[in-house]
Formats: sequence, C-alpha cells, structure tokens
Amino acid sequence: MRRTRSRFVITALAFGYAFLYVPLASVIFYSFNDSRLATVWGGFSTRWYGELFRNDLVLDAAYLSLRIALFSATLATILGTMAGLALARFGTFRGRTLFSGMITSPLVMPEVITGLSLLLLFVSLQSLIGWPSQRGFSTITIAHTTFAMAYVTVIVRSRLTAMDLSLEEAAMDLGGRPLRVLFDITLPLIAPAMIAGWLLAFTLSLDDLVLASFVSGPGGTTLPMLIFSKIKLGVTPDINALATVIIVIVSSGVMISWWASRR
Amino acid sequence: MMSKQADRFWRRVIVAAPYVWLFVFFLVPFAIIFKISLADPQIAQPPFTPTFDESGSLSITFDSFLFLLSDKLYIVTYLKSLLMASVATVLCLLLGFPMAYGIARSATRVRNLLLLLIILPFWISFLLRVYAWMGLLNNYGVINNTLMWLGAIEQPLQLIYTDFAVYLGLVYSYLPFMILPLYASLERMDLDLIDAAQDLGATPSQAFWNITLPLAKPGVIAGCLLVFIPTIGEYVVPYLLGGPESLMIGRVLFDEFFVNRDWPLASSVAMVLLTLLVVPIVFLQRNQARQNEAAA
Repeated sequence: MRRTRSRFVITALAFGYAFLYVPLASVIFYSFNDSRLATVWGGFSTRWYGELFRNDLVLDAAYLSLRIALFSATLATILGTMAGLALARFGTFRGRTLFSGMITSPLVMPEVITGLSLLLLFVSLQSLIGWPSQRGFSTITIAHTTFAMAYVTVIVRSRLTAMDLSLEEAAMDLGGRPLRVLFDITLPLIAPAMIAGWLLAFTLSLDDLVLASFVSGPGGTTLPMLIFSKIKLGVTPDINALATVIIVIVSSGVMISWWASRR
Repeated sequence: MMSKQADRFWRRVIVAAPYVWLFVFFLVPFAIIFKISLADPQIAQPPFTPTFDESGSLSITFDSFLFLLSDKLYIVTYLKSLLMASVATVLCLLLGFPMAYGIARSATRVRNLLLLLIILPFWISFLLRVYAWMGLLNNYGVINNTLMWLGAIEQPLQLIYTDFAVYLGLVYSYLPFMILPLYASLERMDLDLIDAAQDLGATPSQAFWNITLPLAKPGVIAGCLLVFIPTIGEYVVPYLLGGPESLMIGRVLFDEFFVNRDWPLASSVAMVLLTLLVVPIVFLQRNQARQNEAAA
C-alpha cells in the first residue's frame, strides 16, 4: 500500500501554487483596466495594448533584446555543449577542476559581481586594445553567453551522464572515427538537451536586467532595462499589458513544447 | 582517412573553446576587480589610480577595505544581507519541502504537469514577477483594496517597502530553485524503505525523520545553497519591494559604482562578498560532484 498524501501536503501544494500564480493572474486582470490608476478598476479596455504597440521605445528595446537573446543563446549552446562533452566524456584532462569550477560558479554568482567584473574587463580592454569601442549589443551578448553557457553545460552534461554508452561504443567498435561518432551518434542523441539549453539561454538573456545594466552603454537599452526604469516609479497600466503579452507568449511556448514532447 | 592526430586536435578544440571563453570572460574579470580594489579613487578616466605608477613601482593601497571595515553602514548591510538570505532560504525550504514531497508522491500522469507548473514562472521574466507583487502589495493595491472592501481594515496596511515584502519577493523568485533539487532527491527514493520501516512498527513521523529526511539531504543542501548564494547579492527585489531599512549589499555595490563612481570601493565590496561566498560555493560544488558520482 502506498500511503495517501496527508492533508498537510495537499494544503502546502494548494497554497504554493496559489502563491506562484495569483500575482500573475492579477497582472493579467489589471492589464484590461481602462483606468490610468493601475489598481482602481475603471472598466474593461484594451487600450493599453494599443499604446504598447505604438510605443517606439518599447519596440526598439524589444528588438535589441531579441537580437541579443538569439545570438547569446546560440553561442552559449555551442560552447556549453562543448563543455558538457568535455566534462562527461573526456575523462580527466589538465585543468579539469578549474574548468568545472568555472562552469558551475556563474550559476550561483550574484549578478552584481559578474556584472561589475565584466564591465571592468571591458573598460580595461578598451584602454588596452581599443575594443570594445562602445558598449551595447556586443558586450551584453558576451555577458549573457558567459552566464547562460553554464546552464547549457549542466543540462547537456546530465543528459550525457544519463545516456547509455553502448551506442557510441558500438559505433567506435565498427570503426567509426571519434569525430564522426560525435556528429552521427552523440549529437543527435543529445539534441533535445541542446534545444532545452538553447531555450533556457534565450529566456535568461531576455530576462536579464543586472548584467545588462552594468555592461551596456548609452543607447543600449534592453527591454528589462526599460521596464525597470518605468516600474521604479510604480505600477503602470502599460507595463501590465506588456507583462501580459510576455506571460502569454512564454506560457504558450512552454505548454506547446511540453505537449509536443509528451506525444 | 582522418588521422588520429586530427581526432586529438578536435578533442582539444572542444575543451579549449569553452575553457578560453570562461578564462577570459569569467576568471580574468575577477583578477581585475581585485586589482582595482587595491587602487585609490581619482577624478580621471578611468577613475582609479594605476597599479604601477609612472616610475614603475607598485602602488597599492588597502584604503577601500579599511574604509569598509571602519564604516558601520557596510558591516550592517553585509549582516542584513546574510540575515535576509538565511531567512528567505528557510522560508523556501519550509514551503518547498512539502510541495516537492507532494509532487514526488503524486501519480506519474499529474506529476509532470505539477513540475511544469513549478518551472513555468521561472521562464516568465523575473522582473515582471517582482512587478506583479508591487501591484498586489501597494497601499492601494489588490490586497489592501480587498481587505478594505471586506471591512477588515480601515486604513491601508503598509505592505510594500518593508522587509516583509522583500521576503515575499525573494521566496517567490527563488522557490523553484529549492523545489527542483528537492524533488530530484525525493523522486529517486526507494519507497519500499518506508513501507519496510512501517511494517517494522515505525510511525509515519519516525519514518519521515529517520528515512525520508536523511535520504533527501543532498537535495536539501543543494536547494538551500542555490537559494542562499544568489539571494545575498540580490539587487532587484530589495530595490523594488524593500524600504530604507532593507538595504542589501547588491544595492550598495550598484550605488557605489554608478552613483558615487567610487570604483575601488565598489570592487572591494564585491571582493568581500566573494570571500563570504567562497565557502558555500565550494560546499555546493562538492555536493554536486558527489551527486554526479552517485548518478554515474
């Protein structure tokens, strides 16, 4: 007999899920509020959505954020997959301890430290070799890649460790060269993990405020930076609308991929 | 036919590319922070004195570190950050453990959906999730409006800009980091052990304390550290939800750098924070390495 779950556990679950989702539901609800005062109900309206899509500042920032997220997620997936392969398949090599330390530290390192250290690096590089001449797209992309590749490595590595070695070994026994085995057998097998890693890197990049605030320069305003500068002053209805758009896009993306992976 | 050398070459590339990247963009920057923390601020570009002066002799100073130790503001802020991170970690554990337990013991069909619902908020912008709480906690926000409408209170309660709001925001933002490792260790557990213990006469609570909890220990350690380490330096939550008394070290570092433009002081704030974090980070890596070995 498996014991039934106690009332306490069920209460904790219900409370926990309510805790996670009530704030999001309230943002969505108030995004349809006609009143300029964000928390006083003034009737149903979609006018904040209209204003949102006519606001050039928001659109420019969103475009910059999307470009950064695309580039950094792709770079992070390539580098992170390499690091995952190195850690899971190559046994011991010189400097492995330092390597795995550098991989896991960005996961937990407070963002203010990573941000400050990268900015100081870029400033020093600029005075040494003249690059980067201005901070913005390229510096934020580098910062996000460094941070996100750690996540990709963890995902790819755990997939590799859980994976059955026999397919790769069989291919090797049949005379496959390691590089061909890698491309024909290993990479297709870890493709789901790479896709998951890419998606995570993409969202982390779209989401990041602190790193971008440090390493960005004049003109390089990402969407989170723009949102932060607005909500410092309080709750506004157009940010409610923007939040709703993001919540709907993200949740449908996650739900669709979950549904697709179940079939 | 490709030679063995070519294989070795590619192996090297696969190790070297991420290695070099992390070396340049993760390790070297820390060396620069350290270097600047030993400089004096000056009004120039860049705003700190060089490590070697014109005559080529080493010019370093511990002024910034001494200033940190002499000014009570910094010590109090470090302690406050440690306190807030510890309380937030305990709260996450208290809420996260029963949730992870409930998910791990649910039927396989619902389990994946329940897990997905834990991860989903994590994919939605962190900033917007904190923002959502601003809307709830405002003086004329959802909670106060509801309570006043119900007649429970006459005046709005001061909920936002308090330590309470910061704790809420921290627990809300970092709860998934607690639940996922807990779930992983609880799900792996062999349930027959508990049945065996109960057959031998253990009460459910004895079985929990003597079997479930010890087996879940790696998950508890990982979850606590994954919450504790990043919350110490948290910037957004105390900025948006906290009041003047909820000053955390991330905010101080940010302001020293961008508002006061004192780069050496900001760097020494970061160095001290880093020193505080070395022990928990090494502990976390040991714990992860042991789990990786157990899984392999």
